[in-house]
Amino acid sequence: MSQTTSGKLAAGLGNWTDERFGAAKVVKGFARKIFPDHWSFMLGEIALYSFIILLLSGTFLTFFFIPSAGETTYQGSYAPLVGQRMSEAYESTIRLSFDVRGGLLLRQIHHWAALIFVAAIMVHMLRVFVTGAFRKPREINWVIGSLLAVLAVLEGFAGYSLPDDLLSGTGLRIASSLILAIPVVGSYLSFFTFGGQFPGEAFIPRLYTIHVLLVPGIMLALIAAHLAILVLHKHSHYPGPGRTNQNVVGYPFMPVYMAKAGGFFFIVFGITALMSAIFMINPIWAYGAYDPSPVSAGTQPDWYMGFLDGALRLTPGFLEFSFAGYTLSLNILFPGLILPGILTMILIFYPWFEQLATGDRREHHLLDRPRNAPARTGIAAASITFYVLLLLGGGNDLMATHFHLSINDITNTLRVLVIVGPFVAYMVAKRMCLGLQRKDREKVLHGRETGRVFRTAEGEVFELHEPLGSQERWILVQHEALRPRELPPAVDDHGVRRPGSRLDRWRGRISRFYFQDRVEPVTPAELAAAHHDHHELEQISGEHEPEHEPEHEAVTARE
Amino acid sequence: MNDGTAGGMSADEHTHGGDGELAVREPAGLPERFENPGLPEHRHRMADVDPKAAKRAERQVATLFGLSALGTILVLVFYFAVPLKPDGGFVESLSRLQASNLLLGLALFVALFGIGAGAIHWAKTLMPDDERVEYRHPQRSSGAERAEAAQILAQGGAESGLGRRPLIRNSLIGAMALVPLPMVVFLRDLGPLPGDDLSTTMWKAGTRLILDPEGRPIKAADMAIGSIAHVLPEGIEKVPDLLEEKAKSAAIVLRLEPGLLDAAASAGAYQGIVSYSKICTHMGCPVALFEQQTHNLLCPCHQSTFHVPANCKVIFGPAKRPLPQLPITVDSEGYLVARSGFTEPVGPSFWERG
Repeated sequence: MSQTTSGKLAAGLGNWTDERFGAAKVVKGFARKIFPDHWSFMLGEIALYSFIILLLSGTFLTFFFIPSAGETTYQGSYAPLVGQRMSEAYESTIRLSFDVRGGLLLRQIHHWAALIFVAAIMVHMLRVFVTGAFRKPREINWVIGSLLAVLAVLEGFAGYSLPDDLLSGTGLRIASSLILAIPVVGSYLSFFTFGGQFPGEAFIPRLYTIHVLLVPGIMLALIAAHLAILVLHKHSHYPGPGRTNQNVVGYPFMPVYMAKAGGFFFIVFGITALMSAIFMINPIWAYGAYDPSPVSAGTQPDWYMGFLDGALRLTPGFLEFSFAGYTLSLNILFPGLILPGILTMILIFYPWFEQLATGDRREHHLLDRPRNAPARTGIAAASITFYVLLLLGGGNDLMATHFHLSINDITNTLRVLVIVGPFVAYMVAKRMCLGLQRKDREKVLHGRETGRVFRTAEGEVFELHEPLGSQERWILVQHEALRPRELPPAVDDHGVRRPGSRLDRWRGRISRFYFQDRVEPVTPAELAAAHHDHHELEQISGEHEPEHEPEHEAVTARE
Repeated sequence: MNDGTAGGMSADEHTHGGDGELAVREPAGLPERFENPGLPEHRHRMADVDPKAAKRAERQVATLFGLSALGTILVLVFYFAVPLKPDGGFVESLSRLQASNLLLGLALFVALFGIGAGAIHWAKTLMPDDERVEYRHPQRSSGAERAEAAQILAQGGAESGLGRRPLIRNSLIGAMALVPLPMVVFLRDLGPLPGDDLSTTMWKAGTRLILDPEGRPIKAADMAIGSIAHVLPEGIEKVPDLLEEKAKSAAIVLRLEPGLLDAAASAGAYQGIVSYSKICTHMGCPVALFEQQTHNLLCPCHQSTFHVPANCKVIFGPAKRPLPQLPITVDSEGYLVARSGFTEPVGPSFWERG
């Protein structure tokens, strides 16, 4: 009976929405859309879900937080601060932590979700990068993702600056000094930003609007575009048997991904709640209200700002210049603005840089195994190394106190490493990729090591190898090994320089940088030749391994 | 077929023709590249073939959802059962807060995680797990569609007359370029002009040094050799913009053996007592750490290191300029006072600083 009632209800609702919005077409086009399965595709999901958690927990916080620098006297239940004068922002944050049930939990969820959000974005980007998922037609989605990453960092900084505690105030002081260092207009921009001298009373309400309205609004729009483009292009997938550049293999959105992705949201939310229950984060009551005079040793920003702090710490002071009554502080501008600017630009435009090397204008929906793109993977390794070394630079004081080392030695060592390290990492990672490709070749040609040693009647001893099945082999042989571009000669028959040949010279250089060193995948002819060489051995192993007989027969049949 | 394992399903048919799988035959009869073997055979799960296993999975999913409901109830119970005690003692209220946070968080974890784990277990054990294939279509439209689109655009452009009427086009471009200007100009009143605010502090000749935060003046005799004190200008508590003034005027006073100081440092010293701006010349953090053995001041933010005997010259780190010295002496009552204000702007660099 109830079955019929609910069935009728569903039919009625379906009819209602279809007659008004053409819902049937949407259901038909979307409900059974196929998404491929891989653990690395969940990284972006974690970022998306963290963003939703941030919206939910953040909305709760706005009900209690007072975005005002106005002075008040604390009268709440945290005894050490009672009677102290502080800003309303700081007072309301303390109050929501100590006097609102669940307030501290939601605040900690908000903070942990922000840390997870940025981390998930970065690891997701790394996955997209090393698998080549940014290639045509997904370049613009890579750009949108890069913008989201930058906005996430800025949004995080704006957020943890709001409580107006000693730590966040020190961070803002550094931000104001960064603005001051901008040539010509720096002091004006700083006065406009802070409504006068630092710190002033204007920055908290302004930062609040930026944090809860402006940046989240932009991010929401970009995320919508990011996902719409994802649906339009259909998700890329890893190479495997049956997977091609023209299809997508996986499970339907309804019901499998509704349950899996929907469930994963609750898992991410649950883990965030668990972390917030167990691990304290940003205990602002212990720092005290902001005061420009005191500071605590070992001050650390949230982790995603650490690399910038590290860059500021590692840059030597001689880069500040004074001339004709003006000061140019490259010791601040370079690490604080120019370097992050350059890094962002490189990030955004990378897909087109690689297109210079490949000259490839085809659509790519099959992902690369990172080993099959050695130069790109090398660049990823170099970038990670650079980033991690800067991050370590941001903790040079903690390393010095924990390991009882000289802070000067640590800083000087990192200054060298941050330049040398990426080159070494590039070489090592690229060589590892080429090595892995050779291992793949070896495995295809000679089969898998079985660990069983065989001795012939003549006394010759060797290990038995088990040939790969076609399914297993496919992953190791399916890729293209791109070669350096062959570009037309710079001068024509009459010795006249061809227009655009100078650019072509650069294209050639970049292309050789990427593809000069390469390992070609095994071809059927090579495999047949290898089998022929080992024919005798295969026969012996065949006798001992009857289950591999069909494979063996297949090869001999071809011969 | 050299393939004993591939499922004979439809996937096989459309694996050909993908890029890198060209089926160009070499003379020997072997393809130039390996061919895609097609989707592997589907392996059934326990729950697909054994109704008992399916029933078991169903019960597991329901248990996880039930656990979640229990978690939600616990959240509500803890919310009301563990009140924060505003009137209790400090330790009592802190431990109440800790308990409340832990219990609410754990229960919320169970409530959320139960739903998530249940849904995923459901999908993995009971929903169909045979891989399905969907075809992709190139993003590029067909030639006919592209031609049509180009024609539409050309026609629309022609109808607008923008090409034929440059006067309209150019005046529109000009108007559109100008119209955002008011929005930019309206930002002007975000703040006052800097004026000399960045270059001046309230220190002047005769201003007493008062301890921060105690607020009482210091006698030269109070300063033992090797001691350090954080100071502010007397009267700072009465200025309207206290934090702004503090961010510029905060200073450090310390006493060294007079013989240690170089000529420049001695010029502003009183019997080995010297005072320097506490605002780092790098990015404005308070330079609050003093190493007694080496007589260095260290900024905790970016580790710029200033050597006090050499008039706070930078000996390490990202700062370039020494900390400005505040020349001091004593007044008739023996209290430390400034001999003059700072002779140069304090704090981080800016363009007009010089």
